[in-house]
Amino acid sequence: MTLSIRRVRAMFRKELREFRRNKPVVIAMAILPLIFLIQPLVVVFGLPADASSRLSREHLLLYLLGVPALVPALIAAYAVVGEREQGTLEPVLTTPVRREEILLGKALAALVPSAAVAYAVYAFFVAALLLFANPAVASALLQWQPILAQIVFTPLLATWSIWIGMGISAKTNDIRVSQQLALLASLPTVIATSLVAFDVIHPTLGLALGLGAALLLLDTVGWRIVAPLFDREALIIGTR
Amino acid sequence: MEGQDRVSGVPALSVQGLTKRFAQRVAFQDVSFEVGTGEVFGFLGPNGAGKTTMVRTLGTLITPTSGTAVIAGIPLTAENGVEIRRRISIMPESPGLYLRLSVAENLECFAELYETPRPRERIGRALRAVNLTDRANDICGTLSKGLRQRVALARAVLSDPEVLFLDEPTAGLDPVATRDVHDLIDQLRERGVTVFLTTHRLEEAERLCDRVAILNTTLRTVGRPDELRDRLFARRITVRTLAPLSDPFQVFGGLPAVDDWHEDSAGVYVLTVSDPTIAAPAATRALVAADAAVLSVSESHRSLEDVYLELIDSDEARRA
Repeated sequence: MTLSIRRVRAMFRKELREFRRNKPVVIAMAILPLIFLIQPLVVVFGLPADASSRLSREHLLLYLLGVPALVPALIAAYAVVGEREQGTLEPVLTTPVRREEILLGKALAALVPSAAVAYAVYAFFVAALLLFANPAVASALLQWQPILAQIVFTPLLATWSIWIGMGISAKTNDIRVSQQLALLASLPTVIATSLVAFDVIHPTLGLALGLGAALLLLDTVGWRIVAPLFDREALIIGTR
Repeated sequence: MEGQDRVSGVPALSVQGLTKRFAQRVAFQDVSFEVGTGEVFGFLGPNGAGKTTMVRTLGTLITPTSGTAVIAGIPLTAENGVEIRRRISIMPESPGLYLRLSVAENLECFAELYETPRPRERIGRALRAVNLTDRANDICGTLSKGLRQRVALARAVLSDPEVLFLDEPTAGLDPVATRDVHDLIDQLRERGVTVFLTTHRLEEAERLCDRVAILNTTLRTVGRPDELRDRLFARRITVRTLAPLSDPFQVFGGLPAVDDWHEDSAGVYVLTVSDPTIAAPAATRALVAADAAVLSVSESHRSLEDVYLELIDSDEARRA
C-alpha cells in the first residue's frame, strides 16, 4: 500500500483551515495552555531566593508537558465526530482517499498547532522566568535536562494523545462526549508528568530514555491500531 | 429513441443478485440490473426502499452481504475500492460542505483528494458548469440551500467521473434551482457521463432518465418510462362529444383494435385499445358516420407516477 502525499496534504490543509475558523477549537487551544502558564508563574514569581535549593531538586517545568498531553487530544477528539455531525464525512469517504491518509492528515493537523502552542507556552514561561523571577529561583528552575525533556517529549506525548483522541472520536457520536472522554484518557499522562515534575517519581536518564522509547513505540503502532477504526461502513452507518 | 442511440452497449454498471442486510433488516435483496455507458438511469423507490444504501454499496462505502457488481469496468471488491472511487463520484443527499471554508477551498480539497491534474483549471470549469464562478470566494456557510447544492454538484463533477451517482440532487430545492440541476444533468448526458440518479420526483425521472428502475427492497421493474407504462397499463383512447351518443354500442362496437369501451361520464367514452394508430382513426370515422358532435379523440397518457404508485400500492397490499 502506497500512501499519497498529495491526499495527506489535502486533508492536513483542510483541517488547519477549519481549526483556524472554528472558535470552540481556538478557545480550547488557548484556555488550557493559559491555565498551565498562569498558575505556575504566579507561584514561581512569589518564591523567595532561599527556595532555590529545594527547586533545584524538583523539575517543575516538566509540569508544562501537560499542554502537549491535553491540547492535541481535544483537537483530535473533534476530528471525526465533528465531521460526522456536520455531514462532511461521507463526501470525503467517497473519494479515493485511503483511511490511513485521512488519519495521517488529521493527525498532522492536530500535531502541528498543538506542538507549536506547547513550545510557545514553554518559551514564554522561560522568558518570564528570566525577566521577572528571582534570579536564584530562575537559575534553579532552568536546567538543561528538563528543557531537553520538554523539547523531546512534547511531540511524543502529543502524538500519543492524538491517537487516543482520534480513536475515541471515531467511536462516538457526540463532540462533547468525545472531547470529555479524550481529556479523561489523557489524564494518566498528565498525572505521570506531574509526579515526575514534583519529584514523586525521581527522574533519571534511564527513566527518560525508557519512557521516550515506550512513547515512540506507542506512537508508531498507534496509527496502525487506530486506522482500522476508520472503516468506511462503520463511520457512515454508525455501527459500533 | 435518441437517448438509446447515445448509450453505449458496454455497461457502466452491472449488478447481479446484490443483497445488503444490516443484522435482521434487509436493505435490498437480490437486485440485478445493468446501466449502459452514457445512460441516465433513474432509481426510484419509497423512503426506506434501499436506494441510498444501494448508492453507498456501489460507491464502495458499504460492503454487500452477497452478490456481485462491476462498476466502471472494475469488480466491486474491497481491494478495488480506491480504483473504483477514482472513476466515480457520489453526490450524497446532504451537500456535506465544509461550512467554514470558501467554495473554492472546498473544491480545492476535493480536487487534491482525487489527485486531479491541473486542479485550478478543473475548479474553474466545475464552477462555470454550475454558474458559481462569481461566488468562488464566498464562505459556504453563508450560501443558501440551493447554492450549497450547486457547490456539491460542482464537487461531484470535479474529477470528470465515468459514473456519477446523484442521491436526491433536487431534494428541497426551489423550481429555479431544480431547473439548474436538470440542465446540468442534461449537459452531463451530452458529455457521455453515466448518471445514476435516485429521486422521489417522478416527473424529474420521466424528464431526465433514459431508463428507470423501481426498488422496494427488491427490484420491482426496470425499463424506459414508456415501456413501463405499456407493460403495466392497457392503452386507452378518450372520446369527448358535445352531447351523449344516442347509440354508443353501434358506434364503438366492432371497431378494429378496440378491445373494450365504457362511458366514463356524459359524452365521455373511454376505449381500451391494442393499437391506438388503428383504433383512433376508426373511432373518428365511426363518430363522423354517426353524425356525432366530436370535441376530441385523444390517447390517454399514463404517467410514470401511475406506474410507480401501481407497483408500490400492490406491494403494500400484498404485505397487508
